[in-house]
Amino acid sequence: MITEHSRARNIVDGLVRSILPVILALIVAGFIMLAMGSNPLDFFAGVWTYGITGGNWQRSLVLMAPLVIVAVGLIVAFRGQLWNLGYNGQYLLGAVVASGVGPYLFAALPAWLATLIIFVGAILVGAVWSLIPAILKARYGTNEIITSLVMSFIAVGIVNLLIKGPFKDPNTPMPQTAVIPDDQLLPYIPGTEIHVGFVIAIVLALVAQFVLSRTSFGLRMDIFGASPKAARHVGINSTWMVILLFALSSGLIAFAGSIDVLGQYTYQRANWDPHYGDAVMPFVFLARLSPLAAIPLVAFYAILATGGTLAAQQAGLNVDFLLVIVGLILIFMTITEYVGERRRLGQSYLPPGLRRTLVRPFDGMRGRKSS
Amino acid sequence: MSVLSAAFVTVFIATVIAQAMPLLLASVGETIGEQAGVLNLGIEGVMLIGAFSGFVVTLATGNFWLGMLAGAVGGVIANLAMLVLNVWLGLNQIVIGLAITLIGEGLTSVLYLQNYSKSSTSLGTAPELHIPFLADIPVVGPAIFQQSGIFWVSLLLAIAVGFFLAKTNWGLSIRSAGQKPSSLDAAGGSVVKIRSQAVILGGAFVGFGGAYLAELTTATFTPFITNGLGFIAIVITMLSRGRIVFVVITSFVYGLAVAIGPALQVLGFAVPADVIKMLPFIVVILTLIIFARSSVVPPALGAPYTRGAR
Repeated sequence: MITEHSRARNIVDGLVRSILPVILALIVAGFIMLAMGSNPLDFFAGVWTYGITGGNWQRSLVLMAPLVIVAVGLIVAFRGQLWNLGYNGQYLLGAVVASGVGPYLFAALPAWLATLIIFVGAILVGAVWSLIPAILKARYGTNEIITSLVMSFIAVGIVNLLIKGPFKDPNTPMPQTAVIPDDQLLPYIPGTEIHVGFVIAIVLALVAQFVLSRTSFGLRMDIFGASPKAARHVGINSTWMVILLFALSSGLIAFAGSIDVLGQYTYQRANWDPHYGDAVMPFVFLARLSPLAAIPLVAFYAILATGGTLAAQQAGLNVDFLLVIVGLILIFMTITEYVGERRRLGQSYLPPGLRRTLVRPFDGMRGRKSS
Repeated sequence: MSVLSAAFVTVFIATVIAQAMPLLLASVGETIGEQAGVLNLGIEGVMLIGAFSGFVVTLATGNFWLGMLAGAVGGVIANLAMLVLNVWLGLNQIVIGLAITLIGEGLTSVLYLQNYSKSSTSLGTAPELHIPFLADIPVVGPAIFQQSGIFWVSLLLAIAVGFFLAKTNWGLSIRSAGQKPSSLDAAGGSVVKIRSQAVILGGAFVGFGGAYLAELTTATFTPFITNGLGFIAIVITMLSRGRIVFVVITSFVYGLAVAIGPALQVLGFAVPADVIKMLPFIVVILTLIIFARSSVVPPALGAPYTRGAR
């Protein structure tokens, strides 16, 4: 009976559980669109047209760069069962380091050195910003969901103040930072219009995958995530672990912000917040907190978001409808998970023969040999 | 305008009340849920749905009481997702809470922009209730005793919940569902039933709070109108440890933090709008840092109850 779940079957199982929720969410979202008087087929056709065809796939890949890095940042925290939900503020802090300090650095230093300093600066700012939630969690067990969220709202305010104040471009009446010239932005991958941030993101995901699954640090993280008590018994310093994981997570998300500004946006407006973390969240779970598995799922969302922005307007909807789709994916993900667990665990009291008939009633008809 | 002028103080007190009440109601709703062991992270979305339902009904009927009722109903409907998926099926509260927040934000924003963005959406002012004699007190009278009747009903409801949670058998069942569900089970109560009641009642309060925000505080609806208020409600609930008196006090402290900004602007200090928006969050995080040790939550919070499981 143990061999019933072979490796291949596990992979198929995992695929079904990752993709089914997305399909169900899209179907339900379609019905909601119908109820709102929009044509869902137009919308999905629009997603295809504006997200993939022509040169649009390149725009989708550009969007993937920050999304993948944010996903890795979330995975690092979630693996340790730390709920870092302050991602919006952390992202904007990283972005404002690039857009606000960037113009001064580029004016004074060679582009490569300025870029490096911006990246390191963004990561440090993100890491330091996470210290308050991390220390409160480690010392007093204060719920990090709340503290990181509250810190995020404060960060959004600070970023807006910076953009309207010291970082404001004096040459425009709009509250925004100075535009970084094209020749100082991240270079394109030769032959495309995709900046190298995309490559950095993919490499980062691969490295994270290796560290998490093949090194002792990854194992310690998983032990800590599974049970901080058990972690203490094998000599893992849980205070340090909370602070380190939070800093890594927040630093990576801030890094995504700086890459996005240097690769795509070239400047930053006040009150701008792309909410990448909210969007990426379900796919991080669907990927079972694996950076490698997150890549294709994030690619799917990047296409949906790139195409969906225009497609939603065409279908007479607001872009915020994407939030509904993402929320639905989250709900169907938990339901799929529930049904999956039920099938495996809940029916184990049945005799094996009866159980197989119940779980897979059509096996006999296909004439497969029953063991 | 001088600090001591009567009109200024009156407006200030009224602003504090208007800002505190939505938060107070939402925190009461969240308290009921948390005491029963259900952490509702979707409260932001539930509030938005309550605010939007209230707005739509009042705009259509012109009746503020109907709008408040619609807000409560909307809140209950939004919380049904939490009820079915978490309380009945035992799925992850954090994930479902986020999903409810996202869907609430997305749906209300899309529906508002689709239907109401082109017309005037001001609800006007709710009819005021002049309380005899008290309303005639100089400064305080117009600020406190000429509020809409909705204000008094809200306050009474909050106090009633505080009484029921602390003094009745039903409140005891709620609290045991959050403290030690297995003991409630052993005593012959049903954890699922008690938690279901808590989630439904909590949803009604949160939706009511959302409607209060749209009807009385802002007199209109705009997408993302709550702007993190739901998350502040969660913090207040944590800090209050289930005691409604503290919920009331902290909510009014929040109201003060919000009202100080515009007041300073009136007095001639140029306070940037971003600082005003940040101020409550800074107060919250400082409170959390200072009182870190006292933000205790029920032991079974966030854990779905499975009978017989350890």
